[in-house]
Amino acid sequence: MRLTWWKITAIVLLAYAVIGGLLLPVPELTQLGETIRNLYYHVCMWFAMMILFSISIAQSIKYLRTGLIEHDIKASSYAGVGTYLGILGYATGAIWASFTWADPNNPAFASFGSIMREPKLIGAAIALLIYGAYFILRSSITDMDQRARVSAVYNIFAYAMLFPSIWIIPRLLPSLHPGQEGNPALNFNDIDARMRMVFYPAVIGWTLLGAWIATLNIRHKILLEQKWFAHEK
Amino acid sequence: MEALTQFTALLKKEFLLETRQQHTLYGVVLYIASTVFVIYLTIDSPDADTWNSLFWITQLFICINAVAKSFLQEARGRMLYFYSITSPVVFILSKLSYNVLLMLAMNLVNLLLYTAFMGNPTTSFLQFLFIGLLGSMGLGLVFTMLAAIASKAMQQASLMAILGFPLIIPQLLLLVRLSKTAFSEVFRDGVPQQLVLLLVSLDILIVFLAVILYPFLWKD
Repeated sequence: MRLTWWKITAIVLLAYAVIGGLLLPVPELTQLGETIRNLYYHVCMWFAMMILFSISIAQSIKYLRTGLIEHDIKASSYAGVGTYLGILGYATGAIWASFTWADPNNPAFASFGSIMREPKLIGAAIALLIYGAYFILRSSITDMDQRARVSAVYNIFAYAMLFPSIWIIPRLLPSLHPGQEGNPALNFNDIDARMRMVFYPAVIGWTLLGAWIATLNIRHKILLEQKWFAHEK
Repeated sequence: MEALTQFTALLKKEFLLETRQQHTLYGVVLYIASTVFVIYLTIDSPDADTWNSLFWITQLFICINAVAKSFLQEARGRMLYFYSITSPVVFILSKLSYNVLLMLAMNLVNLLLYTAFMGNPTTSFLQFLFIGLLGSMGLGLVFTMLAAIASKAMQQASLMAILGFPLIIPQLLLLVRLSKTAFSEVFRDGVPQQLVLLLVSLDILIVFLAVILYPFLWKD
């Protein structure tokens, strides 16, 4: 068992986020109702996604600097888990939106088609498309070192382009989504103090869980690599 | 100084190749002509918004086609030759500049054909021309870098589109929005200038990234 301190922290924080997230008091807002608790899951997923993508970039930069293949394995694993969290973020967001924005039975709400134009959704869609392209690029190069180098370059290039777009698009299009002027949840006044008590631990918890999954994946891939090399000899 | 002579020599080589192998250039022009003709046949007289978005989508596809060949045409042996005579930074800068010039020219051809077939709903033609040139420059820069990346993989042409579309979305949105000034949509004071500034700074960012990252792709 390699259950180190941060894995225990992840378990404790997520248990707290699930139990506390569903039971602790929340502000009562007319339109949101109890769905406001989704903040602990939906927003945190995308936070964790961005953190994992950032780790992936850091590993890509490290790979280009050192040329060690383990950094490439790390970069792709973190990107993979980040993509998975991004899809979960989409799913939780869609559930949330169907209660607040786009109920087909409620004519006062917008259609799903118009919701896809939400700037935040476009930003998330771009991020997921980029990493989809990243994995296709990886699978289309057979040489291991070349694959590592080319995908690291694309990873860095795409990430550097993603950030301006996340800043630009919300300022171009109208939005229903909270946080029109910048990044929601980073602003301390946006969130009720009671919710912050669960929100920040939840962000850390989901990120740690993502990192945990990624490290398992990395160890597996490195073992496969070693086995392959042993076989070669 | 030496870098500058290398740069001009490489740029001259691109133009020479273009005049010697005219089929590629005419191929792109024909591609534009047939695309615009198909659009003309499928939509009678588009309103200004449709015209604008169709124009930019066409421009995007032209860009993929025109820029893709810039790295695909370089055979392995020739890349090895460049490797021995020049530096990656000079090489990528010459490619970027050439593709920007190519895209500027293709933008003019595209605009001409659009005007000929589907009229010109712009109220300020000069403004649209300027925005078009600015946009083509950005498209050319992004796709040059992506062509360099895709040239290392299999199925290069289709891969380039997959890699490029998510990255180009913000620029396209900015351009479509900015183009509306040429259709006499009223903006708040200073907003168009802000958008132009954003586009220019994005272009600078791309050149910067290309100069940093291309040396890693260059080694084979």
